[in-house]
Amino acid sequence: MLSRTADNLFWMARHIERAENTARVLDVAHSTSLLPLDIEGSDAYLWYAPLNITGCADGYEVKHGLARADVVTHYMALDPDNPASIYSCLRLARENARAVRGAITSEMWEVINDTWLELNRLPRQMDYEKLQDFFDWVKNRSHLFRGVTLGTIRKDIALSFIKLGTFLERADNTARILDVKYHILLPSVEDVGGAADYYQWGSLLKSVSAFEAYRKVYRDVISPQRVSELLIIRDDMPRSLHACMNEVESALLEINGTSGQEARRLAGEQHAALHFGRIEDAFALGLHEYLTDFLQNTALLSREIRDAYLSRRDTILSR
Amino acid sequence: MNTKILKKYFNEMYADNGEVREIYEPYNHWLKELPNGTLERRNAEAELLFRRLGITFAVYGETDEAERLIPFDIVPRIFGASEWQRLERGLKQRVKALNAFLHDIYHDQEIIKAGVINAHQVLNNGLYRPEMQGIDLPNQVYAHIAGIDLVRVAENDFYVLEDNLRTPSGVSYMLENRKTMMRLFPELFVKHAIEPVEHYPQMLLDTLREAAPINISDPVIVVMTPGAYNSAYFEHAFLASQMGVELVEGQDMFVHQQKVYMHTTEGPQQVHVIYRRVDDDFIDPRVFRADSSLGVPGLMDAYYSGNVALANGVGTGVADDKSTYLFVPDMIRFYLGEEPILSNVPTWRLSEPEDLSYVLAHLPELVIKEVQGSGGYGMLVGPTSSKEEIKAYKQRILAEPAKFIAQPTLALSGCPTLVESGVAPRHVDLRPFVLSGKEVRLVSGGLTRVALSEGSLVVNSSQGGGTKDTWVLED
Repeated sequence: MLSRTADNLFWMARHIERAENTARVLDVAHSTSLLPLDIEGSDAYLWYAPLNITGCADGYEVKHGLARADVVTHYMALDPDNPASIYSCLRLARENARAVRGAITSEMWEVINDTWLELNRLPRQMDYEKLQDFFDWVKNRSHLFRGVTLGTIRKDIALSFIKLGTFLERADNTARILDVKYHILLPSVEDVGGAADYYQWGSLLKSVSAFEAYRKVYRDVISPQRVSELLIIRDDMPRSLHACMNEVESALLEINGTSGQEARRLAGEQHAALHFGRIEDAFALGLHEYLTDFLQNTALLSREIRDAYLSRRDTILSR
Repeated sequence: MNTKILKKYFNEMYADNGEVREIYEPYNHWLKELPNGTLERRNAEAELLFRRLGITFAVYGETDEAERLIPFDIVPRIFGASEWQRLERGLKQRVKALNAFLHDIYHDQEIIKAGVINAHQVLNNGLYRPEMQGIDLPNQVYAHIAGIDLVRVAENDFYVLEDNLRTPSGVSYMLENRKTMMRLFPELFVKHAIEPVEHYPQMLLDTLREAAPINISDPVIVVMTPGAYNSAYFEHAFLASQMGVELVEGQDMFVHQQKVYMHTTEGPQQVHVIYRRVDDDFIDPRVFRADSSLGVPGLMDAYYSGNVALANGVGTGVADDKSTYLFVPDMIRFYLGEEPILSNVPTWRLSEPEDLSYVLAHLPELVIKEVQGSGGYGMLVGPTSSKEEIKAYKQRILAEPAKFIAQPTLALSGCPTLVESGVAPRHVDLRPFVLSGKEVRLVSGGLTRVALSEGSLVVNSSQGGGTKDTWVLED
């Protein structure tokens, strides 16, 4: 497969997944903001979280200064100037798809194209009560895209690169949500089992569609350690780090060729650490440190994948 | 532009006595039986199909809706078997002569020595590529894909309007139009025996295989596009996927030791044939325009070395230029020893003082074109232009007469077309696609373009023209 084609497939999937994750992050920020939180200046503090998770705090501060609910929401959802906004992600996904029309099915193209056309029919400023609908819509379009992809595309390396993009982005996002949320919620750790704690951790679980799973698996009060275990170690949770790295590793094994050995090695190593790791060890190291390591390794892996498969360096010349 | 209608033109469906021409009889019969509103309903269906498939065409200069549909007309244009056979013979003859001409002027230049065409006309032409002098191409073919634009002025009178030997486009519309018609009107295809066109991609692939450098038995073929923002991107992607080959951009390839490679996920892979839809000027920044980011540095070096084939070859523009056009009938006589089957439109060259003074005196009757223009841009259609438009154009001519040619305003034939008031005649032309490899081939059909506004003679899609399915009936 052409490297450029693989590159566009990879980023098309990443951009869709990123749009969905941003919708999830904003969704939970909105529900959390309705809850009591015992922190001074909690509002601004709270609204930095989604900016930090998606890595667009700097761009926001330059443009708007202090974090405010409505401004942050607009910046992350619909601002075309923010390259990480939902709007920008869906635009970029469509550009990626358009560049590789021949490599995806017409059904996939139609979902992506329709999504973009519908997004442009939405009003530029959104009413507060419409936000929930909007986040749901973004999530649904992403679900639809994944379903259509699995239902129509041939199982070849095009699908492998789509999976790589999807699950690397998702792993990255779950790790960031957990890291940032854990940081915010830390002050109330002594208060484990309290009502506020229940709601706060509950909303984090909901943001990654894991609330119901938690109740089924643990049938107990929500504790930070168990939430972390669920989202990091358990491989039966579709958004956990372990489950994502399962998919990343198997997608890499599906791609033939001599290049990419280092990428496969890194993915295997990361996968093994999750497969054999215990949550106690992560807490002994410090969850923040553990997640920072994970994010660094994921970034390293992305770079390796880019160099091995997606870039257009004159490899013969550098031999 | 006002819409003065040409009073007299050949009607594809009705003979002069008002009777339906024989080849249109079954269609006409079917049309009459059709319940009211059916045509309009299926037309709406067709539009939906095209929009959903994303068969769009970007028009230069239109910013707000960059991706536009080319209007598709659901009334077919029909040729009889014998009409077509004559056209086919004429097209093959013409393209053979054009390729012979290109081979000759890039080698021994016999045609110049024989005094049939003067050296100045060829060698001082901006589209002549001295770099190609002495370069041998497989099968001596330069223009592997030729789009020849024809117009009909009478039952047996076809004129060649121009030869497109660089990167002619539109064939995807020929194929999609047929697919759409078969889906919308299956009953018509039962009623008529229509020559298929669906094997064009296979024919193109065969032609490209034959273009491969000698010694390469299983060539790697690619389609090269300027990118997703090019107006014909849909067609590039369409042809690549129909042939089952990669669609590449310049940035996907590189040259190493005079060989061309593409970057793949499995490492570099050598490429042998490039069906390029990028103009000469942009394919290699080391040789042609240095500011081009669409090309591949070193590509021409690989081409001269015979390690890669380009389709079409480099330097074909010198043969399809509107001032060289004049000499094509002479080329046919010179290289093939035959009389041309298809006629040229009488043409005045404004570089000649006599022609210039005649043309300036008759501007309101004539069509003026830029010698190196294409796509219907920058032309003047005298009879449908206002006094001011003619006056402004005259200034352009006087500034640089050699840049222009003039032709009489041809009465393009009219073909029934679905318009707001119902089915009414509109002017059409025809672009068949002629493929040259070891032999010259074409499918029976082509792209019929139609000027949708009443009286208009400009059929180009960039100027609001539409397209039709073109049927050649079997014997």
